Amino acid sequence: AAVKDLASAEVAAGISTLIAVLGYNNPTAAAAAVQGLIQIGSLAVQPLIAQLDDYNYGARAYAIRALAAIADPRALDILLASAATDFAPSVRRAAAKGLGALRWSELATNERSTVQTKALETLELIIKDADWSIRYAAVVGLQGLATTSELQIQDKFAQILATEKDAAVRSRVQLAQSQLFRTTSD
Amino acid sequence: MQSNWSQDSAAETQGLTVEQAIANLQSPDLSLRYYAAWWLGKFRVNTPAAVEALIVALEDEADRTELGGYPLRRNAARALGKLGDTQAVPGLIRCLACDDYYVREAAAQSLGMLDAPTAIPALMELLTGGVEAAVAIPGRPHLTQPYDSVIEALGALQAKQAISLIQPFLEHPQAKVQYAATRAMYQLTQQDSYGQRLMQALEGNDLQLRRTALSDLGAIGYLPAREAIARCAVENSFKLLALKGLLEHQVKLHETLTQDAIQVMNLMDSLL
Repeated sequence: AAVKDLASAEVAAGISTLIAVLGYNNPTAAAAAVQGLIQIGSLAVQPLIAQLDDYNYGARAYAIRALAAIADPRALDILLASAATDFAPSVRRAAAKGLGALRWSELATNERSTVQTKALETLELIIKDADWSIRYAAVVGLQGLATTSELQIQDKFAQILATEKDAAVRSRVQLAQSQLFRTTSD
Repeated sequence: MQSNWSQDSAAETQGLTVEQAIANLQSPDLSLRYYAAWWLGKFRVNTPAAVEALIVALEDEADRTELGGYPLRRNAARALGKLGDTQAVPGLIRCLACDDYYVREAAAQSLGMLDAPTAIPALMELLTGGVEAAVAIPGRPHLTQPYDSVIEALGALQAKQAISLIQPFLEHPQAKVQYAATRAMYQLTQQDSYGQRLMQALEGNDLQLRRTALSDLGAIGYLPAREAIARCAVENSFKLLALKGLLEHQVKLHETLTQDAIQVMNLMDSLL
């Protein structure tokens, strides 16, 4: 048991160190730290949330990318808030993408649809953002949600196309439609 | 010209209304004029009244800097490029002869954006004297003319008659002028070597120049650079914007989503 405690203490210290690296303003080191945190997986989720850097949006974007890739549903609230209200577009994009990729199966069945609906509502809100890159990320999030959740949201993509003017965002919607159509007809 | 302006945009407008902004262009408070011109461009308010008021602002005499610059004209010229109304073209062409370097720079950029071939002769005029004349003005942080913006506009306008005028600028001592010339030469000749040269610039040591090269590659839609763009040591926002340029270029060339376009989107997804 002592060895196990020691091992987990080392992991915890390692996680803290990796999270600190996200704030060093060194993209190469930060990318490596994100990979390390993703490999650690669920154990890194609480520390990432607790140590989210309110003053450094670069560090925050890396942390949210790590949380999005780990896909632990405990990150839901922070992803919802970051996608909707963070002032940094890089943070919002990472969170929007992450909202579509959470492992819903880890939640109790009776909780799932409420939580998935929350994710959908946030993505539907930011699909109207003035920044094309936020809308692009929202489409990626919606495609993820259509794939991973029980929600029926195929119609949303046609609705987006009806008003979207940006050629890149339109293309991404069409890609989502073609990929979703292919997987449902298999 | 269809208006981009809609009620939906009203939520984003941070306090001003369109009517106020247009009225503010004539306000006794010069800082309100300056802000209003920026605001109309930022929110792409391309109603006829807004365009008309901004064209008037291109001739403003009230707002002057200590060095004789025209801040309001600069902002009005920048805004008009974003509004997509070609009524602004004659006024912007007159701005190319303004004493203020930054007014000329903004006008050149906007004329490129407005797809205004009638501006080609006036833009070529600014390259008179070639590389020899393209030297720094003592005490100012810029050259005699906004060469990079002028050359980029000529490239965007497909000014093939300017090729021999632009080519010598490939050897200009300033990297950003070289890049502008490289970008324009690619647009005017479609020769791969120019695209390759910009792609190599992504490996350079200077972050600002890597960003410039990214934006140039996006502007010319140079597909072979897609992986290099995604790998480049620059913030994701800049890479996304460059890849967006590649994607839009593909969408213009092909009706349907090509494999190339899908690969570009996969790279964009990985940068979110």
